[in-house]
Amino acid sequence: MQSSSITLSLTIWVPILAGVLTLFLNSERQKDSARWVALIGSILGLAVAIPLWTGFDNASSAMQFVERTSWVSRFNINYALGVDGISMLFVLLNSFTTILVVIAAWEVIQDKVSQYLAAFLIMSGLINGVFAATDAILFYLFFEAMLIPMFLIIGVWGGPRRVYAAVKFFLYTLLGSLLMLAALIYLYNVTNGSFDISDYHRVPLGMTAQTLLFFAFFASFSVKVPMWPVHTWLPDAHVEAPTGGSVILAAITLKIGAYGFLRFNLPIAPDASHALAGFMITLSLIAVVYIGFVALAQTDMKKLVAYSSISHMGFVTLGFFIFNAQGMEGGLVQMVSHGFISAAMFLCIGVLYDRVHSREISAYGGVVNTMPKFAFFAVLFGMANSGLPATSGFVGEFMVILGAMKVNFWFAFAAAITLILGAAYTLWMVKRVVFGDIANDDVRALKDLNGREMLFLSILAIAVLVMGIWPQPFTDVMHSSVDALLKHVATGKLN
Amino acid sequence: MSVSIPNMNFLLAAPEIFLLIMTCVIMLVDLYSSAEKREGRLLFLSIFTLLVFTMRLAVDSYYEPNVFARYAFNGMFVVDGMAVILKAAIAIAVAMVIIYSRAYLVARNMFTGEFILLILFATLGMMIMVSANHFVTLYLGLELLALSSYAMVALNRDSVTSSEAAMKYFILGALASGLLLYGLSMVYGATGSLDVAKVAKVIDYSRANDPLVTFGLVFVVAGLAFKLGVVPFHMWVPDVYHGAPTPMTLFIGSAPKIAAFGFIMRILADSMGGAVADWQDMLVILAALSLALGNIIAIAQTNLKRMLAYSTISHMGFLLLGILAGTKNGYSSGMFYIITYVLMTLAAFGMIMLLSRAGFEADNLDDFKGLNQRSPWYAFLMLIVMFSMAGIPPFLGFWAKLAVLEGALNAGYTWLVVFAVLMSVIGAFYYLRIVKLMYFDEPTDNSPIVAAAGFRGLLATNALALLVLGLFPGLLMTACLNAIQRSL
Repeated sequence: MQSSSITLSLTIWVPILAGVLTLFLNSERQKDSARWVALIGSILGLAVAIPLWTGFDNASSAMQFVERTSWVSRFNINYALGVDGISMLFVLLNSFTTILVVIAAWEVIQDKVSQYLAAFLIMSGLINGVFAATDAILFYLFFEAMLIPMFLIIGVWGGPRRVYAAVKFFLYTLLGSLLMLAALIYLYNVTNGSFDISDYHRVPLGMTAQTLLFFAFFASFSVKVPMWPVHTWLPDAHVEAPTGGSVILAAITLKIGAYGFLRFNLPIAPDASHALAGFMITLSLIAVVYIGFVALAQTDMKKLVAYSSISHMGFVTLGFFIFNAQGMEGGLVQMVSHGFISAAMFLCIGVLYDRVHSREISAYGGVVNTMPKFAFFAVLFGMANSGLPATSGFVGEFMVILGAMKVNFWFAFAAAITLILGAAYTLWMVKRVVFGDIANDDVRALKDLNGREMLFLSILAIAVLVMGIWPQPFTDVMHSSVDALLKHVATGKLN
Repeated sequence: MSVSIPNMNFLLAAPEIFLLIMTCVIMLVDLYSSAEKREGRLLFLSIFTLLVFTMRLAVDSYYEPNVFARYAFNGMFVVDGMAVILKAAIAIAVAMVIIYSRAYLVARNMFTGEFILLILFATLGMMIMVSANHFVTLYLGLELLALSSYAMVALNRDSVTSSEAAMKYFILGALASGLLLYGLSMVYGATGSLDVAKVAKVIDYSRANDPLVTFGLVFVVAGLAFKLGVVPFHMWVPDVYHGAPTPMTLFIGSAPKIAAFGFIMRILADSMGGAVADWQDMLVILAALSLALGNIIAIAQTNLKRMLAYSTISHMGFLLLGILAGTKNGYSSGMFYIITYVLMTLAAFGMIMLLSRAGFEADNLDDFKGLNQRSPWYAFLMLIVMFSMAGIPPFLGFWAKLAVLEGALNAGYTWLVVFAVLMSVIGAFYYLRIVKLMYFDEPTDNSPIVAAAGFRGLLATNALALLVLGLFPGLLMTACLNAIQRSL
């Protein structure tokens, strides 16, 4: 597959260039031009990513849209890009979400507009790079560089405890990723000087090496997912981040952790993955069940959704480590779906927060009386978050539970508990916020959604419903890549 | 490895000779210039000298790119790939120091002939260190650098802290020189020669396990560690960095580190490469201690110069990771690291100098508060420098760390690499704190930032170089690798 496609490069560099351009529009009266440049840049970013969907060959499990240029010859590092069925959807999801973030920030962000939008655009490009890189150092580079804009987004535009949250976020993720760097250098030596991820998939490794590598990658990706017990940065970061930051964190960056498991842990250390599957499943189930209960106890809406994210991501990792196609595809579908739903939930909270400036559930009540349109969306996304059939939330969870059932009844049973828990904490929150009598004067003064807010919530609502009703295209895309990966993992590397 | 040619071959040392002559010319010009013309002339002449020096090296290596090593003064002086690159880096770094320091020193009436003279003599010393092929030449260069540096630290006569710093620097520096000489005399006793190439030959063939060599090596390494400022021989670093006037700190923290790298290469790799197993273990301990202490203590600092001093200690720990690998890849990683480090240090101190005004030192962390609101551009440049120092890609500092970590891992020191990685997470915290101050906090001081066009241009080039070279690190890496491969 040696084609001269530049699609992936465009998906990376168009948003970054648009971001740099936005950065220069930093004076007070250029605010509007900064917004328009950012919007056009993000739309262009999605437009250049469309060929990934239309030109994708579902039958192939190989990397597609491959690009490869020598970059640092001293270490044999290549600028190598490519996507397969596992990563392609996330490039699209990210480009798509970026547009929503730009629209959502339109009137809300008034302070340092150009820097805010530029940070998101640059990050969007970097995230596309993470999903598209097929060279380990290139992956690492995007993976780390992404921290910088996110750090600034949380720290500059965040809530009261933003500094604490930003530094915690940065150091947690940095610790994990540096251990991954050590692992990559080790693999570089083992493979006699290659940073090509597919070489790592092939190189035979002993059990000890595999276990150590597994934990090095695990340190990096489990923090990103985040898995229990290293999840504590997420509620802090989410709560303090501005709405757009929460959206990108929940919808995209968490997926990078899960993606890393598929790209590094499983194929590079297949035997260790099998040996440690029990460990991973245990952690996942703790996340699903225990964090579900934690979510139930939250009084802050953003925190509640943050914990709900951790719980849902537990599903994803559970799906990956039961080693069957249903589980893995279910996990991937869950990732995409959670990208839509969590983005929508955070945007809904953002809508309320912009009006009342409180995230406390108790500050609301009876919102439906003053904001009927908003109430419609809140209930819809609440249902989707609790996994109602015909919404995208159902598909992934159902597939994972089916897959788990094949392995062990009790795994499936424990995972299924979350359907009840998820419904409990989400719907209870929706009930307290949306329904009932008007609680106070703030709520009485609320204005319903404006056109801009209608726009992004409708887009997401359509996405959630389409994916819930007709998930076939999504699973078709990932099918052959998942099969190839599972076959590789089943073969193992010990010989 | 080398054949000493019975030929003085003066032409090979032409750049150094030119530097010496020009320094003397500047001395005279300084003497006969009127007060108002002096500053401009000094600046022009010194920069001119350094640029011509660099050009001469560039032209030379352009016409004879594939020469391995050439000798002069009966084999006491060598010009090889490593020497050319290190010298060019030193000359450029010194020129940048002078440009960065000018406004600061002029505002404090310290931009005098003495400053330029001392800095150029120190430069000459560094050039000799890098090119020395004989222990006596090495020592000569080292002392020329050291004596000039002591005087520079004390240049601000009326400042108590400066004098104290100079005193500490002098006493500990002299002690280090003593240790080094003592160690070298042991090596002389064991090998019967002071010539780098001859010592190498003897050690390679017969004396690798000689206790006398090992004994001497302990002292040599201790002396080098003093000069480099690695734990446990680091005590002078924070005090001197803090006490010296900022331009002198900038000078001490930048170019001499390159020279020290060359020095270490000449002694440890060139002449005692055969005893690598002996000094490797010592460097492992020094590196581990420096990484731990430098990064942890830096967190507690509120003074930026002091913080950068501890950060330097940890950076030197990283540098040792590359050297201790004992392979050409490792050495070239070290060389890449030191050049990167100097580029970052120059930019960081340039930033301090930018924010300083007459009668006001911007060397406290709080002086960076809210810089993003005062000037988004400078805040962005400082952000690049800080993330580069922390080793976050895509900045140049990341590649430097990657290279040395690869070197150490290749040499089998997995635990040390993991340790270094953990320590650099701690290190990231204090670099992040500066970014936090710049971006998340409100400014306490809203005075406009003024600087000459040359200064602004250089600072921007310097900081952006960290980004651009970070995106395209291949050229510099390959240059370092080629240089080392041709030199050893």
